Amino acid sequence: MSVEVREQMTSTDNPMGRPVVAANNPLIAERDSHDTRPLAIKTINVSRVYKIRGQKNKNGETTKTLTALGGVDLEVYQGELFGLLGPNGAGKTTLIKILTTLLAPSGGLCYVDGLDVVKQADEARRRINMVSGGETSGYGILTVRENLWMFSQFYGVSNKDAQERITKMLKIVELEDKANARVSGLSTGQRQRMNFCRGFITDPRVVFLDEPTLGLDVNAARIVRNFTRDWMSEDPSRTVLLTTHYMAEADELCDRIAIIDHGAVLACDTPANLKRLLQKQPVFEINAGGLNDRSLDAMAHSPGVVRMTSEAAEGGSAYNLKFILEDEAAIGGVVSTLAAHNGNIISLQKNEPTLEDVFIKLVGRSLSQNEE
Amino acid sequence: MKDTGVKLFLRAAIARAYPRIWGAHRELSWIFFEIIVPLINTSAFVFLYRALGAPEQYIGFVVLGGAMATYWLNVLWMMASQLYWDKQEGFLELFILSPVSLMAILLGMGVGGLYMSTIRAGAIAIIGTLLFNVQFNGDQWGFALLVFFVTMFALYGLGMMLSSVFLMWGREAWQVSLALTEPVFFLSGMNFPLSKLFTTVPGVVSLFSALIPVSLGLDALRQLLFPGQLQGVFSPAVELGIEAVLGIIFSVAAYLLLKRMEHLAKVEARLSLRWQ
Repeated sequence: MSVEVREQMTSTDNPMGRPVVAANNPLIAERDSHDTRPLAIKTINVSRVYKIRGQKNKNGETTKTLTALGGVDLEVYQGELFGLLGPNGAGKTTLIKILTTLLAPSGGLCYVDGLDVVKQADEARRRINMVSGGETSGYGILTVRENLWMFSQFYGVSNKDAQERITKMLKIVELEDKANARVSGLSTGQRQRMNFCRGFITDPRVVFLDEPTLGLDVNAARIVRNFTRDWMSEDPSRTVLLTTHYMAEADELCDRIAIIDHGAVLACDTPANLKRLLQKQPVFEINAGGLNDRSLDAMAHSPGVVRMTSEAAEGGSAYNLKFILEDEAAIGGVVSTLAAHNGNIISLQKNEPTLEDVFIKLVGRSLSQNEE
Repeated sequence: MKDTGVKLFLRAAIARAYPRIWGAHRELSWIFFEIIVPLINTSAFVFLYRALGAPEQYIGFVVLGGAMATYWLNVLWMMASQLYWDKQEGFLELFILSPVSLMAILLGMGVGGLYMSTIRAGAIAIIGTLLFNVQFNGDQWGFALLVFFVTMFALYGLGMMLSSVFLMWGREAWQVSLALTEPVFFLSGMNFPLSKLFTTVPGVVSLFSALIPVSLGLDALRQLLFPGQLQGVFSPAVELGIEAVLGIIFSVAAYLLLKRMEHLAKVEARLSLRWQ
């Protein structure tokens, strides 16, 4: 199912299609000067530029580069479940890899649990762990318990502690009956739950979850979410940085969210405050038939339309259209335009703003839409 | 409480050796691929030598060479390529993410591989000895054991070094392993006395041969286990010394290359991006 976004040029966009972020971005909530909560993660103007191999000039210098991060400033409090939202290629995974010491930043400073991840990488590694969605799940020839034990040993966890934690965590993720099964025989969901255990078995202070529920069924995703919440509630100093494609998941789990695109943070606040950005800009959803590219374009440029996304409905010629408007009156113009292009409305409703709407407004496209 | 320092290093090495030591026994296909197939190869040389009327001690040389070949194949296919495959599978990222040195991971891989190969080499040596009636008549078993362990130190040091090299030139790793297999069989004298090679080929080829730990190690073992039946390249004591020096050089080189590799991985994103 494809989703398209049609928009009017606004003051926050530049002609290159890259959102311009003001130095004092009002969408990034400033830290209160009286706030004394310790920080678990802090990044200062972090950038990362990739050199594309094979693109060199006569002097052997790399001619093609890709800027994945362009000066990111983030502060994540200890005890916070912090979400990082962004489309594919936004820079989320690059930022996580820098914070987990796997990648060096091209510029800027990064601290995790008070440690510089470049200069104090070894010490930082003792305090962190990471789980990526869809990652390879240990050696297939070993059992679930053996794999988890092996990875726990790389962090110096004693055998006794490791076995106790493995038993406890496998029970929590409902995988205890597979403890002695070979990993090669597990389903995708079971492997991901095992991965999840691997990330927490070392008792880290900061955990990075990169799309942890990617490809999981509803039940497995629920288990993972519940576990994350329970794990954090056990110790208020534990911190999670989560990236996800699922807006509802971010909304449900995260204390605060940063929306990132083209390597820059566009907004950072609590889900409720982010949704308030759209309080004065009503969100309408129209299900309509008889539309074509021309009529869709005309509606996107109707007076008062801030953003419009169009999604072809499954198995039919109808479209599901979502509008963020300057005010409610603008819907009249949209309906008139639709009628003038011989479109027929199947349904029309006004929605409460969601994180998805905030994302569309800020990024200019929906999260499910791949970059062109 | 988590271990640090040497305790963490050893704990991680043991953990990484575990899949090799226990996991390998779960796939019994190794009996065919790593005992029967090499034995067939060894048998071919035995029959060839007998058909040509070669001295009977050559049969013993070939059986011993067949056993030692197991270690070389393990180093080349399981050790040298392992970090590359670990990278492709995404495990390397998890190793680097952990606070343990990659040297501990490599040591674990080496120890696990050595254990696994010893069982296979032992099986080949015993079956070959019984099948072809090989007579070992050495009286310096202690010295032979020392030569064997120092040779393994050098060989697995080379494996650790190659592991880093293959990781940096990853995409060609498989082809490099393939390309190295047969030339090393030739250069190390697995199936014939090494002195014959040294007296026949140009000096530079002999030098390459000497840099392969199994070459002089095997030559020394043959001298010790079949005394008086073989003109060695050097005396066993000299060959032991060369093996020890090689082992130190390879181990230090492995450490430095790993550091370099980790640096490149972070700066050039070779670790994070599988296409790099």
